[in-house]
Amino acid sequence: MMNRRDALTRVSLILGGTIIGAEAFLTGCKPAAPALSTIEFTENNITFLDEVGETILPTTESSPGAKAAGIGAFMKVIVSDCYEAEDQKIFLEGIGQLNEEAKTKAGKDFLLLSADEKTELLTALDATAKAYEEGKADEAKSHYFTMMKQLTLWGYFSSEVGATQALRYVETPGRYDGCVPYEKGQKAWAT
Amino acid sequence: MAENEFDAIVVGSGISGGWAAKELCEKGLKVMMLERGKNIEHVKDYVNAQKGPWEFPHRGTRTQEMIEAYPVLKRDYPLNEMNLDWWANDKDCPYTEVKRFDWFRGYHVGGRSLLWGRQSYRLSDFDFEANAKEGIAVDWPVRYNEIKPWYDYVERFAGVSGSKEGLPQLPDGEFLPPMELNCVEKDVAERIKKHYEGKRHLIIGRAAHVTAPIEGRGICQYRNKCWLGCPFGAYFSTQSSTLPAAMKTGNLTLRPFSIVTQVLYDKDTKKATGVEVLDAETNQTYTYKAKIIFLNASTINSTWILKNSATDIWPEGLGSSSGELGHNLMDHHLGVRVSGWVEGYEDKYYFGRRANGFYIPRFQNLFGDKREYLRGFGYQGRASRENWAREIAEYSIGADFKEALTEPGRWTIGMGGFGEILPYHENKVTLDKTKTDKWGLNVVAIDCELKENELNMRKDMLTDGMEILEAAGVKDVSGYDGDGTPGRGIHEMGTARMGKDPKTSVLNKWNQMWDAKNVFVTDGSFMTSAACQNPSLTYMAFTARAVDHAVSELNKMNL
Repeated sequence: MMNRRDALTRVSLILGGTIIGAEAFLTGCKPAAPALSTIEFTENNITFLDEVGETILPTTESSPGAKAAGIGAFMKVIVSDCYEAEDQKIFLEGIGQLNEEAKTKAGKDFLLLSADEKTELLTALDATAKAYEEGKADEAKSHYFTMMKQLTLWGYFSSEVGATQALRYVETPGRYDGCVPYEKGQKAWAT
Repeated sequence: MAENEFDAIVVGSGISGGWAAKELCEKGLKVMMLERGKNIEHVKDYVNAQKGPWEFPHRGTRTQEMIEAYPVLKRDYPLNEMNLDWWANDKDCPYTEVKRFDWFRGYHVGGRSLLWGRQSYRLSDFDFEANAKEGIAVDWPVRYNEIKPWYDYVERFAGVSGSKEGLPQLPDGEFLPPMELNCVEKDVAERIKKHYEGKRHLIIGRAAHVTAPIEGRGICQYRNKCWLGCPFGAYFSTQSSTLPAAMKTGNLTLRPFSIVTQVLYDKDTKKATGVEVLDAETNQTYTYKAKIIFLNASTINSTWILKNSATDIWPEGLGSSSGELGHNLMDHHLGVRVSGWVEGYEDKYYFGRRANGFYIPRFQNLFGDKREYLRGFGYQGRASRENWAREIAEYSIGADFKEALTEPGRWTIGMGGFGEILPYHENKVTLDKTKTDKWGLNVVAIDCELKENELNMRKDMLTDGMEILEAAGVKDVSGYDGDGTPGRGIHEMGTARMGKDPKTSVLNKWNQMWDAKNVFVTDGSFMTSAACQNPSLTYMAFTARAVDHAVSELNKMNL
């Protein structure tokens, strides 16, 4: 095992200078993100899911992304309280599988990927999940990424950030108009 | 008057119980209203009514813990996080399903008047005459012209919004201004009218929402959160409407946590003397006495009380001399749905959340249309634009995907059938003396199923529904026959039907028991047939009429 100082030096040498934040991923011989659990929701898992959610629904000019809506914590609550045991298992193991996907395809833990790399990885994973859903028997369980994507959309658009900033929410409309003009670009009603 | 003596007792505080209490109180009677569950105070106890969706930990959805705790409620939409406290606890109040029957109950002050769908339609003579013309069950002892003034009366007080359409099968009423169809619904309505040459109609739902000022009520704010309780009192409920009116007279006493276990009957006078009450909190037993008893405990539960009453004279209970008490249980059969999407209208949207949809009144077996089965069905539905829960063809994740989802999608339209169930003697409730509830009381056994007439009707519900949407130009129309299990309509009717003959009915034309003339049953139990219209408005009308008769008889010393 290399000592930490050696590692830092090497990185500096390779890239010709000091790297900001280098310490953050120098936790071992090989760059690695904080450990993930596939049997329970840890703080690390929530951070991980925040990043998955943010990749699916990122911050854009018009509104904050899924992380700002606390999407990781939301997924924990729904999966823990509302999912059946079998689905919980698929979801939690899916966290590990997604990270393995990142290591296999991009050579790094998911959290260490750049935003573009994350998008590329999850775009491919979304295609895999869609193909899986189409091919599976009706009663068969869903792909873990289908769960993550669904929870991200639902959790985000029903959150205060999503409903009031990405969409439009009027608590008390006061009237109903069944035919108003709509221009492309206007937000949809949250509910 | 002694502390436990009243002029009248009303058992139950839902839609019909609230009406009975209001009418009796306004006629000067001292009334005790008994409710088996807890109190829910208007506005103050609508604790979730002002919350945004994000303020519910599970965003309104059901948890595994709730699913485990509510083995019946979980079968359909009522099991949810937002108003769980307003549904009866399945485990405290079990029942026996000889055949599966989904029974969704509201055991609290206001009952299901807080939870109802608010659709309010009149029955017509096509409905009142059907049994007699077709030789089904027994004839209704009432025709439309007799109940019409009472429909007028209750609509004016309850506040029913709707459009006048001049349809004989769906009589117009004393309406507040109608809610509006949206632009797609309006065009679909026109296309249906044209295609079917004016024989089929798509109209705005007739809903018990205040759309123009009514004293003591707020106007509908289009929040569509009705089932959390309306802080504006804009939809009809016991709390918003009949209870304040009854309270205003100073004649009402309301006693929550009061499970009525039997009607006390005196065989010498052949009248009821009062009721026995089990306090749901203390398990103490009390007796309340009155000259008139109104049973409004809900269909099935009013019959349960009767089956436990006067058993020393009639082993099957008060009202069983006809052999019909507990029989002819009905509901509406739901679960057939059709839908598709509508091309165009990308530059059109709506403002506000309309807690109402469109209605396609019954057209089968009417005006020369002849089917392989009796009676018919209507449809209820709506058109709207797709929300974020959709696929975007070009994008799967990321910034473009997110931006696309923040805009409304295509227009879609969908509707579901509400079909009539015939009154079958074999569809019945009995007492299950082998099972008890939390209070040690025996429970009901429900034995009810759809039969050939309903199953044949469902085929047409599906094919006609798809044909209508296709005729209106809707794209990719699809449909399915989902779950039509009885009970899911939450429109339980029958089990103490009215009729012309004491030998074949439990009640006379005034909702008055043949076997005890000072007992009136005016919840859904009295229905001689179900029609296919949502029934609550009919319970209101018959209740007001029954009170008028009861008090008039009391004044003539006939009770």
